[in-house]
Amino acid sequence: MQMSVESRQFGAPAAGDEPILALSGITKTFPGVKALSDVSLDLYPGQVTALIGENGAGKSTIVKTLTGIYQPDAGEIRVSGEPVHFATAQDAAAAGITAIHQETVLFDELTVAENIFIGHAPRSRFGLIDWARMRQQARDILTRIDADLEPDMLLRDLGIASKHLVAIARALSAEARVVVMDEPTAALSHKEIEELYDLVERLKSEGRAILFISHKFDEIFRIADRYTVFRDGTHVGSGLMSEVNEADLVRMMVGRDVDQIFPQRQKSPGDEVLQVVGYSHPTEFADIGFTLRRGEILGFYGLVGAGRSEVMQSLVGITRPSKGVVKIDGTIKVIRSPADAVSNGIVYVPEDRGKQGAVIGLPIYQNVTLPSLSQTSRNGFLRLAEEFDLARHYTQRLDLRAAALDQDVGNLSGGNQQKVVIAKWLATKPKVIILDEPTKGIDIGSKAAVHAFMAELAAEGLSVIMVSSEIPEIMGMSDRVIVMREGLIAAELEGDALTPETLVRHAAGIGEKQP
Amino acid sequence: MSDLSTDPSVRQIPDRLQSRSARLLQSWELLLLIVAIAIFIANSFASPYFLNAWNLSDATFNFTEKAMIAFAMALLIVSGEIDLSVASIIALASTAMGAAATAGFGTPALVLVGLVTGLLCGAFNGTLVTRLGLPSIVVTIGTMSLFRGISYIVLGDGAYRSYPADFTYFGQGYVFWVISFEFVLFVLFALVYYVLLHRTNFGRAIFAIGNNPTAAQFSGIRVGRVKFTLFLLTGLMSGVAAICLTSRLGSTRPSIGFGWELEVVTMVVLGGISILGGSGSIPGVVIAAFVMGLVTFGLGLLNVPGIVMSIFIGCMLIGVIALPRLWKMWRS
Repeated sequence: MQMSVESRQFGAPAAGDEPILALSGITKTFPGVKALSDVSLDLYPGQVTALIGENGAGKSTIVKTLTGIYQPDAGEIRVSGEPVHFATAQDAAAAGITAIHQETVLFDELTVAENIFIGHAPRSRFGLIDWARMRQQARDILTRIDADLEPDMLLRDLGIASKHLVAIARALSAEARVVVMDEPTAALSHKEIEELYDLVERLKSEGRAILFISHKFDEIFRIADRYTVFRDGTHVGSGLMSEVNEADLVRMMVGRDVDQIFPQRQKSPGDEVLQVVGYSHPTEFADIGFTLRRGEILGFYGLVGAGRSEVMQSLVGITRPSKGVVKIDGTIKVIRSPADAVSNGIVYVPEDRGKQGAVIGLPIYQNVTLPSLSQTSRNGFLRLAEEFDLARHYTQRLDLRAAALDQDVGNLSGGNQQKVVIAKWLATKPKVIILDEPTKGIDIGSKAAVHAFMAELAAEGLSVIMVSSEIPEIMGMSDRVIVMREGLIAAELEGDALTPETLVRHAAGIGEKQP
Repeated sequence: MSDLSTDPSVRQIPDRLQSRSARLLQSWELLLLIVAIAIFIANSFASPYFLNAWNLSDATFNFTEKAMIAFAMALLIVSGEIDLSVASIIALASTAMGAAATAGFGTPALVLVGLVTGLLCGAFNGTLVTRLGLPSIVVTIGTMSLFRGISYIVLGDGAYRSYPADFTYFGQGYVFWVISFEFVLFVLFALVYYVLLHRTNFGRAIFAIGNNPTAAQFSGIRVGRVKFTLFLLTGLMSGVAAICLTSRLGSTRPSIGFGWELEVVTMVVLGGISILGGSGSIPGVVIAAFVMGLVTFGLGLLNVPGIVMSIFIGCMLIGVIALPRLWKMWRS
C-alpha cells in the first residue's frame, strides 16, 4: 500500500466542489429482478470515484443509466446542477459523458482517426468529412496521451492495450466531462496499466470527472479519490478513500467480513485418473505430458497465449491433437468431440462465458440439462419434471440467484451465469472438471465461493484442472502446478518449489541463475 | 411477478416465473389464432360460397403441401440455417418421378423415387453446409438454380403426363367425406414435427444450436450432425410435397412449384419462428398455414387476381412482423 500514499499527494480532492454529474433515487426494474433500488452516485470534477460492488450489485446498470442506454424507472440525473433526461446514448454523449467499456466498443475495420471521431468528425464547408483536419486532430490527441499510434492504422491491427488508448483518445476528442472506465485494466499488462494510471492523472488534472469500476483493490487505493459501494442494487456507502481501508470496503461490499484466506484442504490425492502423454498440436502446443489424481487440484499457470486453453480444448475434443495419448483410469481413450469427452467424464468450463459457456436465449434449466439430456429423458423424449429437478439440485448447490428456473440465462448477472455453466457440467457427474479462468472478472465474494466450492468438489473425489493467470489463486488452490510457456511445459512445481518467484520465472522464461 | 427474486433469504428457486396459461395468453400463437378466426369470419361475410364443407376442404390444398415443407423448414430456421432450394427439389423430384412413370414403374416405385430424390438433394445441401462450412443461404440459392435447371434440361418445353391411375390418390384422394388424404398427412406431420421440436432431445439441441452454436458444441451437441439431419428432413419433406403436388396436377413441368420457397419461408416466419434462429414453435406454423390458406382462398372467392393476392400476403407478413415492434415503440 506504499503506492496509495504517493498517489494521494497529487490527487487531493478539493472539498466543497459541486458534482458535475449527480444521480439520485435511481430505481430500475427488469422482469423479475430489481436491478437498482433508490441508488445515488455523485461524480466530482478532477476526481476519480471508484464504483465498487460484487457482480450483480448493479454497477453495469448504473453505467448504462448514466450513459443513456437504460432509462431509470424513477430518480433524477443532474448535470452541473441542472436536471436532465437522457432518452438515448447520443443525449448522454452530448452532455459530455463517455464510457470506456470492458470490451471496448470500437470498429475493427475503421482507422484509428475514424474511430476517434466517429459521430463528431470535423466537417468541411460542404458538410463532408474534413479528412486532413481529422487526421491532424487525431494526431494531436494521440500525442497528448503519448500513444505511439498513427491515425491511419486500422483498428483490427492493434492490440487490446492500444485499443484502450484509442477509446481514451475518443473520450478526449468528444470533450468528455465525465469519463466512465469499466474495468479498464482487466486485459492489460503491468506496464500498460502504469501508462493507464498516468493517463487517468492527466484526465484528472484537466478537470474531468472519472468513474472507475474495478475489482482490484490495490488499483482502487492507488488511483481513486472517492468511493461508492453498491450491494444487491442498493447504495451502501460513499465517501473519501482517505477515510477507509480495504477491510471497510470489503465489509460494505459483501455485508460481512470475507475470509480472504483460501480454503484449507486435506491433500490426499488418490489413484491416477487422467494421464496425458506426448500430446501435440500442429501449431499451438507440443509434447504435453502430465498426470492427474483423484481429488487433486492441478493448476496450469502461464502468460496469456502460452497455449493452456488450447491444450484443455483439445483434451475435450474441440480441436484435434496431431499426436499423443490420453488415458482415463488407465485405458487409452480417443476423444474426437465434446460429446465423447462428456461420456468419458471430462468436462470443460470455458473462459469465454458468453460465447462458449452459456446458451443465452435458453432458460436456466435448459442450459443446465443440455449435456445431461440422456439422464433426464426416456428414449430421446424430454421429461420436464426431471429436468427441473436436476437443474434445481445443482443450481441451488451453487447458490444461484434467479427469479425462476425458466428465466433466460441472459437476464442473469455474470457471476450467476458462471454458476449456471458450472452447474451444467457438474450435472454430468464428471471425473475430471477443467476450469478455465474460473474467477476472471468476478468479485471477491463470488471468488471465495467458487474457491470453496472447488475445494469441496476435490474433497468429494473430483479431479480438478484449474487454468489461471492469477498467482494468489494458483498458489492458494493448487496441489501441484504446471507452468506453460510458448506451447511447452516449462516446469512442474510442487511443495517448496512452488513460489510466486518460480512461477513467474518459468512462465516468462527467465533463466535459473538470474535472481 | 414473484417477490422471490428480491428476497435473497429464499433459496428455493421456483420452476416458472409465470404459469403456462399466463404465458400462453401473451403468446404469438394466440395472436395469430385470433387473426385466423377474424379472417374466417370476414371471409364468411364476404362470400356466400365460403361456408361450404367442400369449398373449405378445397381451400386446404392451398397450404397443405407448402405446410409440410414449412414444418421441416421451421426446424432448419430455428437451428440458424435456411433452405431456399425446396421448390427446386420439388421440380427435380417430380421430374424424376415423371421419368420413372414414363419408363413404366408403378406407384410404390414412384413414391420411392420422389422421396429418395428429396433425400439426395437434402444430403447435397447438408454436405456443402456442414462439411465445407458454407453459408446455407448461398449454397441453397445455388442449388435452387441447379436442381430446377436439371428439370429444364430434361423436360425443356415438354411435360410428363403418363402417371398411373392409382398415383392420383395422394393429391386427389379423400380419406373420409371432405377430409382429403393431403389434409390427413398435414395433420400427422404437424404432430410429428411438434413432438420432434418440442418434446425430444433432438428438438432441444436444435434450439441450443440456434441460440449459440459454439456453446452447444462445447456442451457435447454434435452440431454438424444435427444440421445435416435437418437438411435431410427438409429434402425429404420437399419430396413428400412433390408426390402430393404431382399427383394433384397429374403432370410435371419444370416450372412446377415455382416460387414456393418464399411462400414456405413466409409461412414459417408468420408462424413466429425467428428468422435469426433460436425461437419459435410448430403450433405457430400450423396456424400460419391456416391463415395463409384462408386469405388466399377468401381472396380467390372474391375473384382477386393472383398478383394482388401476393401483394396482400407480402403486406400481411411485413405487417405482423412490424406490429409488435411498433407497439413496443409506441408504449415507450
